[in-house]
Amino acid sequence: MARNIAVDLSAFQATGLETCFHDRHINPQIYAGLNGRNWRLADYEARGGYQALRKILGKDGGEGMTPDQVIAEVKASGLRGRGGAGFPTGLKWSFMPRALPVQKYLVCNSDEGEPGTCKDRDILRYNPHIVIEGMIIAAYAMGISVGYNYIHGEIFEIYQRFEEALEEARAAGYLGNNILGSSHSFQLHAHHGFGAYICGEETALIESIEGKKGQPRFKPPFPASFGVYGKPTTINNTETFGAVPWIIRNGGPAYLECGKPNNGGTKIFSMVGDVERPGNYEIPMGTSFAQLLELAGGVKGGKKLKAVIPGGSSSPVLPAHVIMDCTMDYDSIAKAGSMLGSGAVIVMDETRCMVKSLLRLSYFYAHESCGQCTPCREGTGWLYKMVERIEHGQGRADDLALLDNVAENIMGRTICALGDAAAMPVRGMLKHFRDEFVHHIEHKTCMVPAYI
Amino acid sequence: MVEIELDGKKVQVAAGSMVMHAAEQAGSYIPHFCYHKKLSIAANCRMCLVEVEKAPKPMPACATPVTQGMIVRTKSDKAIKAQQSVMEFLLINHPLDCPICDQGGECQLQDLAVGYGKSSSRYEEEKRVVFAKEVGPLISMQEMSRCIQCTRCVRFGQEIAGRMELGMVNRGEHSEITTFLNGTVDSELSGNMIDICPVGALTSKPFRYNARTWELSRRKSVSPHDSTGANLIVQVKNHQVLRVVPLENDDVNECWIADRDRFSYEALNSDARLTTPMLKQGGQWKAVDWNTALDYVAKALKGIVGQQGPAAVGALASATSTNEELFLLGELVRGLGSDNIDHRLRHADFRQEAGAVRWLGTPIANLSKVDRALVVGSFLRKDHPLFAQRLRQAARHGAQILRIGSAGDDWLMPIAASVATAPSLWATALIEVAAAVATAKGVTAPLAVTPGAQAQAIADALLSGQNTAVLLGNAAAAHPQAAELLAVANWIATQCGASVGYFGEAGNSVGAQLVKAQPQQGGLDAGAMLAQPRKAVLLFNTEPLLDSADAAQAAKALAAADLVVSFSPFSANVEQAHVMLPIAPFTETGGSFVNAEGRLQSFHGVVRPLGETRPGWKVLRVLGNLLGLPGFAQESVEEVRAQAIGSADGIAARLSNATRVSPQGGVAQVELQRVADVAIYGSDSIVRRAPSLQQTADGRAVQVALPASLWGRLGLAEGDSVNVTQGGETVKLPAVLDAGLAEGTVRIPTGVAATAKLGALFGAVNVVRA
Repeated sequence: MARNIAVDLSAFQATGLETCFHDRHINPQIYAGLNGRNWRLADYEARGGYQALRKILGKDGGEGMTPDQVIAEVKASGLRGRGGAGFPTGLKWSFMPRALPVQKYLVCNSDEGEPGTCKDRDILRYNPHIVIEGMIIAAYAMGISVGYNYIHGEIFEIYQRFEEALEEARAAGYLGNNILGSSHSFQLHAHHGFGAYICGEETALIESIEGKKGQPRFKPPFPASFGVYGKPTTINNTETFGAVPWIIRNGGPAYLECGKPNNGGTKIFSMVGDVERPGNYEIPMGTSFAQLLELAGGVKGGKKLKAVIPGGSSSPVLPAHVIMDCTMDYDSIAKAGSMLGSGAVIVMDETRCMVKSLLRLSYFYAHESCGQCTPCREGTGWLYKMVERIEHGQGRADDLALLDNVAENIMGRTICALGDAAAMPVRGMLKHFRDEFVHHIEHKTCMVPAYI
Repeated sequence: MVEIELDGKKVQVAAGSMVMHAAEQAGSYIPHFCYHKKLSIAANCRMCLVEVEKAPKPMPACATPVTQGMIVRTKSDKAIKAQQSVMEFLLINHPLDCPICDQGGECQLQDLAVGYGKSSSRYEEEKRVVFAKEVGPLISMQEMSRCIQCTRCVRFGQEIAGRMELGMVNRGEHSEITTFLNGTVDSELSGNMIDICPVGALTSKPFRYNARTWELSRRKSVSPHDSTGANLIVQVKNHQVLRVVPLENDDVNECWIADRDRFSYEALNSDARLTTPMLKQGGQWKAVDWNTALDYVAKALKGIVGQQGPAAVGALASATSTNEELFLLGELVRGLGSDNIDHRLRHADFRQEAGAVRWLGTPIANLSKVDRALVVGSFLRKDHPLFAQRLRQAARHGAQILRIGSAGDDWLMPIAASVATAPSLWATALIEVAAAVATAKGVTAPLAVTPGAQAQAIADALLSGQNTAVLLGNAAAAHPQAAELLAVANWIATQCGASVGYFGEAGNSVGAQLVKAQPQQGGLDAGAMLAQPRKAVLLFNTEPLLDSADAAQAAKALAAADLVVSFSPFSANVEQAHVMLPIAPFTETGGSFVNAEGRLQSFHGVVRPLGETRPGWKVLRVLGNLLGLPGFAQESVEEVRAQAIGSADGIAARLSNATRVSPQGGVAQVELQRVADVAIYGSDSIVRRAPSLQQTADGRAVQVALPASLWGRLGLAEGDSVNVTQGGETVKLPAVLDAGLAEGTVRIPTGVAATAKLGALFGAVNVVRA
């Protein structure tokens, strides 16, 4: 029996062939040159790995870079947080009270839990050293000596691989005391979670690292002043750290030029849903959605595009005609009324029922709410129960107004962003596909044909 | 200071304060549930959302720090809308069972729902059901669907009680408060969780369904059970005490009381009460009226004084009695020509400077503020739950708590340095600390000894403190070398600039000294009265077999007496007494206590005396009249108090822990020494008879604790019992391993019936496997 399960599971093991080694990236930086076998230190060094680290430490024959110069370079690159919020990375790094004589921590958020997102998994699996190098550089820039990479529990084998990569880096002198003979010392540890979505929220992640139940803290104080064990902490996403070595090697302005103003560099999008070739696509910021959809082989089965959730499940849905005019960068998507988020692009074709789609999302948020604060704990369950009623033909005429109002009442009143994340899809769906909901309520049935 | 504008008013608050604090200061009420001034901030209920100018979203007042010039509106449209929406969320899954809910009428959720809720709900889905939990005899968790997940009880456990006994498991809507693996809540402060629960999720099990809150009259009182003098609100209906809750007093008990203070009232309504005077005739108890009983006592006393002389009369009193009672008892004994009166039944060393009233040495409130505290010979958590709580708060803010004692019992606070040794060596441990202090200060040590590592660490800590206290516990007070312990403590305290004092044993231990309930002119102390049995013994609120330093000796002494009169609210000393007189407990008489810090606190009776019960001071007054003694003409309890204490302002000058005894080390160790802790729910006559307290883990656990070496030597296994022999008596008790207990000691509780035959609290003892 046990063996059968193992066999069954192995059928689902991603090989990366579909998600990442398809050669349809555009000017990739993080995914460049990967084939699934070349993740080890030697391979990474052969791709130019750890050159950025040597550069800042002055071990490449140059004069090295000061921490301020590193931060300035990152600021110049226009790199913005790849975890979803898009906060300028260089600015975040400059918040760290570098001179404060206390233990400071650097944390990598690899708790990639946003439904639809699978980009960080592929980075850690196929190019773990790029994240390690990025973290060492960040630690140097902020004067930090200890770091954690928090990897979510569902991808345990990737946690194990990362541990292996850490061992390689330590053995090669890239991690530990006096890195490459410099005065920079940095200890990096991998830490795995147990599968709670909320642990992707940075302060819940910190609590989890400390061994507590993963529940967000209220802010202020922010992690920059009160983070891991109450000490100054900087948290960035895996992809953000992954972008750093390229920036250092090629300079901030070069990175900015890859994308568009205020939206530097490349970004990895997880194309999921009704597309021919789902997978991760690394493309320059500002590439049009139409081109991205084309890379992914277009809508599955040649069907008509109905809607896209452009930035992971918590971003509001955009109907086809809106998204087709968008370019894939923070500003353009925000202007269209949604968010670039973590980069999970959920594509839905004309056969998708929006009520049922929302039901799945609402279930997810009700299930993942940590239960700490009232509006989210109570509100997410309420939303889910109402959407479920509507989906099952028990909707009432005033449900839509109530649904919208409950979502409105959750928004902006919770400790963390999960409340907003649960509310925004509801409001987005009601805004763009209200007629489908009305149809469900009035006719007790779906507008689109039943799924096959 | 920072100035902010709150609802149009300028408010000056300390930098780092939250908006909530500013509102409290400005007298502006912001609705809240999870915020509690004594607990850490959780900001999870979201009820206190207010509008802060320039902030895009409403901000929680409890967790938003003030900034200079901040403009806050707590009642603007934006704030009210946010608060109303939170209230709606809180109510959607809350059961509509207010009519049968114990919290109804005093429920924060109910009250705020009136202000912020709607008259009907928009929520028409199924409500959440949370299953009941069984957590022990004190707290009812039968209706956990009412819980609003504010986590006050969780934070109380973590921060105030010192152990996280309740926690929140699961996520989202399925979050629920529960104990770890269905355990019980065993904290000695657990009842406070009932008070701080803003809804009817945690309710009082003994009080459940006994009355509606609006039917209860609320009256102030003071707890007699420990020396804190916790202020109480006693809630009564139909002349019965139905509930006790804390009366907030930041200088004394803050907003907390111990479970002992809260649930002891059950004894006052129990069958154990004595409701009429009783005389023993031919070995049978007969109910009589007061005249008969008092005539009998007066005649018997006169007869004994006439035949044997006044010194044949002795009085033993509990310091849970009021000043007025103890004063009149002293007047009575002295009026008969005797000076044999004492309240220090558990003591073994009675050396005390004349007129010096021993006390805490520092204000109670300062216990929360000390940065160093050396606690000597104390079962701190069980003897003084609220003082322990204060020291815990000090420790949370960085104070170093140091201790010298025998047991490794967990005080639920970090202990910076500790010496665990047999009681006979406590003085030696203190002498070592003194020697280490002397070396550091370059002065002559009381005794030249080489300090051990822990003694050195204690000395180093004491010397580095700014606000330091040396505190002697109940075991140090009852110790055969109590005076030497005090002498060394005084020496150390003088060198370290520390205060020195006794925690104090009962609610009126300081008052008993003030009103001279101990020998003044060479009379016999409690120890001498038991060693040299008296012919007539007056027992006032005490049961010597449970309250004495040597129970076996007490039993013999009482058996040798011709007249034993038991003044007690209960049928107490039934075997030993010849007369039982029902006197009022603290709830049924006016009186006063002086607590450990010398604070005189008076109170009125809150219900009328049960049956034929009479206030003790009145009984003594009538007895004084019957005996024809002068000075028994008082008309009121206030008049007695004026004679007993004089002015409250004069108390401070009489407090002193000075001693002329010179510092000494320990005496030779016996092979196996008993360490007796007073069982928390065996400390006085009232708590002994409180059924719910007796059912708690602390109440049920009468066991002998053995150190690891002895445990191994006796070949004991979990669940085994041992035979304990002391004072010529052997009792069989369950044994338990206590790895922290000092070598050469056995911990055997006192104050409980199971050990009431044994001998001295710190005497030699023999233990074999049963």
